[in-house]
Amino acid sequence: MHVEEQFTPKTWPEAPEKATLEGKNKFLGFWFFLGGETVLFASFFATYLALKDKVPKQGDLVSTDLFELPLAFIMTMVLLTSSITSVYAMYHMKNYHFKKMQAWLLITVLLGLTFLGFEIYEFYHYTHGLGFGYTHSAFSSAFYTLVGFHGGHVVFGLGWITALMVRNSKRGLSLYNAPKFYIASLYWHFIDVVWVFIFTVVYLMGMV
Amino acid sequence: MSSIAQKSGFGATVWDFMTTVDHKKIAILYLAAGGFFFLLGGIEAMIIRIQLFVPDSGFVSAGLFNEMLTMHGVTMIFLAAMPILIGFMNLVMPLQIGARDVAFPFLNSLGFWLFFFGGLLLNLSWFLGGAPDAGWTSYASLSLNSQTHGIDFYALGLQISGFGTLMGGINFLVTIINMRAPGMTYMRMPMFTWTTFVASALILFAFPPLTVGLFLLTFDRMFGANFFNVAAGGNTIIWEHFFWIFGHPEVYILILPAFGLFSEIFSTFSRKRLFGYSSMVFATVLIGFLGFMVWAHHMFTVGLGNIANAIFAVASFAIGVPTGIKIFNWLFTMWGGNIKFTTPMLYAAAFIPSFVMGGVTGIMVATAPADYQFHDTYFVVAHFHYVIVGGVVLAILAATHFYWPKAFGTMLNETLGKITFVLFVVGFHLTFFIQHFLGLMGMPRRIATYLPGQGLDTGNLISSIGAILMALGVIVLLINIVMTSVKNVKVGNDPWGDGRTLEWALPSPPPFYNFKQLPFVRGIDTYWIEKMEGREGITPAEPLGDIHMPNGSILPVFISFGFFVAAFGCIYRTEQPWGLAVLIIGLVIAFGSMLLRSLKDDHGFHIPKSELMSDKDKGVRA
Repeated sequence: MHVEEQFTPKTWPEAPEKATLEGKNKFLGFWFFLGGETVLFASFFATYLALKDKVPKQGDLVSTDLFELPLAFIMTMVLLTSSITSVYAMYHMKNYHFKKMQAWLLITVLLGLTFLGFEIYEFYHYTHGLGFGYTHSAFSSAFYTLVGFHGGHVVFGLGWITALMVRNSKRGLSLYNAPKFYIASLYWHFIDVVWVFIFTVVYLMGMV
Repeated sequence: MSSIAQKSGFGATVWDFMTTVDHKKIAILYLAAGGFFFLLGGIEAMIIRIQLFVPDSGFVSAGLFNEMLTMHGVTMIFLAAMPILIGFMNLVMPLQIGARDVAFPFLNSLGFWLFFFGGLLLNLSWFLGGAPDAGWTSYASLSLNSQTHGIDFYALGLQISGFGTLMGGINFLVTIINMRAPGMTYMRMPMFTWTTFVASALILFAFPPLTVGLFLLTFDRMFGANFFNVAAGGNTIIWEHFFWIFGHPEVYILILPAFGLFSEIFSTFSRKRLFGYSSMVFATVLIGFLGFMVWAHHMFTVGLGNIANAIFAVASFAIGVPTGIKIFNWLFTMWGGNIKFTTPMLYAAAFIPSFVMGGVTGIMVATAPADYQFHDTYFVVAHFHYVIVGGVVLAILAATHFYWPKAFGTMLNETLGKITFVLFVVGFHLTFFIQHFLGLMGMPRRIATYLPGQGLDTGNLISSIGAILMALGVIVLLINIVMTSVKNVKVGNDPWGDGRTLEWALPSPPPFYNFKQLPFVRGIDTYWIEKMEGREGITPAEPLGDIHMPNGSILPVFISFGFFVAAFGCIYRTEQPWGLAVLIIGLVIAFGSMLLRSLKDDHGFHIPKSELMSDKDKGVRA
């Protein structure tokens, strides 16, 4: 199969993301990359757990003073939903429905932006409302670094998916761009999985 | 010739190397840049040894001495040994598995340029107020209090070059899994390919902890974070853990490819199949696995407790088992072989006793109670130089002679090669053997000077004389390289005459598409099998057809340059009014170039069959 070949829904291959050698390489390489990213986040989690509630003096802000579960819950639901919508997008990609794929990707991006908005609000509230700045304590540094790195990944993912959507909007699916869409969605799922751990380790365990 | 217009002249050559995505040219870039940093690290080592030549020496100040020993370690590990090994991986591994290139040629080029600009950034610190001075380990308690910008250059320089290494690791993993020629099963892969595979997996999982550690250090020093600031609730041990969770696998990232290179050399010049091939594979994988379980043996004296120390001590001993398997396999490869003592084989033979000595002291320092005596003395310095120089550097020197014809099409002079060998190996043992005893007599590591009459004078004198011999050996190698390049006598496919694996079935240097027809692999040492059956080339696995090749690109240079610029902005952000602007400009260059790469289609090009047919003596023929 050839990257510049024209397809119909009938001739479109079963696994378009792996139909070319380039696609196969991207698919495998990206899984390895996510393996490395897992170790990266594991290291940030370890740092956070080691420095949780470690503050200069008694009475400084610790986790029980900060987190509010309703906000964390809404953020989790928004991000989890965006993962499902990206699955729908990939479903349509595999069925050669370019327009539907673009629509579901757009919804994914909008949900991601909503999540990001909540996160910015949360950080603003902590820093300006409660005076819990990045340099406040070892705990604050660890918290903002872990959650902030995740937020940075969300920003990168949103930019990535948007760039793909805009670039390919006029020309539809091909074996050249199908692997690109596919690994962008893999990345988005990964961000989601990391958030599940952040929700558990930072927010749920921070309430007790 | 080829469908690409060949321009000549210096500018065209530079442009070609800046935009190349050919794994063989990238290998040459890695070898050249790594070789340059190797000389730089060697000069730093010489300054250390000159300072310690006599007691009470004032050759360099104590502060400058700290910078020298820090940069010696950082340069040799990150900018010399690893890039040179990655250079050999790039040069040889795709040829060994019968591939036309690596899986991600663009990323390959990006990996090199990130390493290069990271190394450049690190070394510019010499001219910008002072180099890093907290040792190559940069323990946070020291590095947070370092007054110059040196540690900032350390953190960001290693960060940038580390990204490059990570990309190289992923690239090699995918290449080996997806791009093997027909018939090249996992258990037919040459040993160097296997060790590249395992070392790449180690890179993938060991570099992210370093990335995180360096981020934390960067944030503490440049953005006011408190990870290591005990007064604000921080903990300096976190750095030590991250550094060694990376740092110990790093030792195996270096030594496993060295093992692979020696395996190739042993079987080539013993003219025998590698003894115990499957146990070699098993031992390699096991060393890679255990390499992640032993990091705390660098931290026995931190106070982690007896149970932790005991577990890590036993795990460290366990690594001796697969390593021993390898040592015996090499001995049995030579046993009964028809041995030819060429320069690479001499290094291989010297490697076994040298490395075993490093292994024995390794068991000694891994014994937790005894380590309280050895810790931070010259005994440890002697130990790790025995494994790194006696293992990795000897492998690099051996491979330089062994693979020089494959990279450049001409052979290094054997006589000069043997002179280098004698000078270097004698000098090496003279330098480091005596340091065991200096350490046992109580000489601390990283000390800028010592007093006369404490029993340390003679030992240090001998050690410094040895260092001079090593330097002479390297100078002879440089003369050899210049002479060989000037003479430039071209050689054929298999200049050693005993090549066993696919790289020797190709011309030296190979055409840019490597294999005209992908080879069909019939067993371990497939080229040897074909030779023994009286064939001239390798059985092809496909008919002659168009070959698809990737396009070159300048973007990797721009992406890396962007991060390089951003690092300056980051370092001077709080002091200089232009700092923040430079940081932003650098990131815009880097991410803008990435976006450009993503948006611009790059389908590569095809070499038409007709052109390959007229290209008579290149590539594999049936």
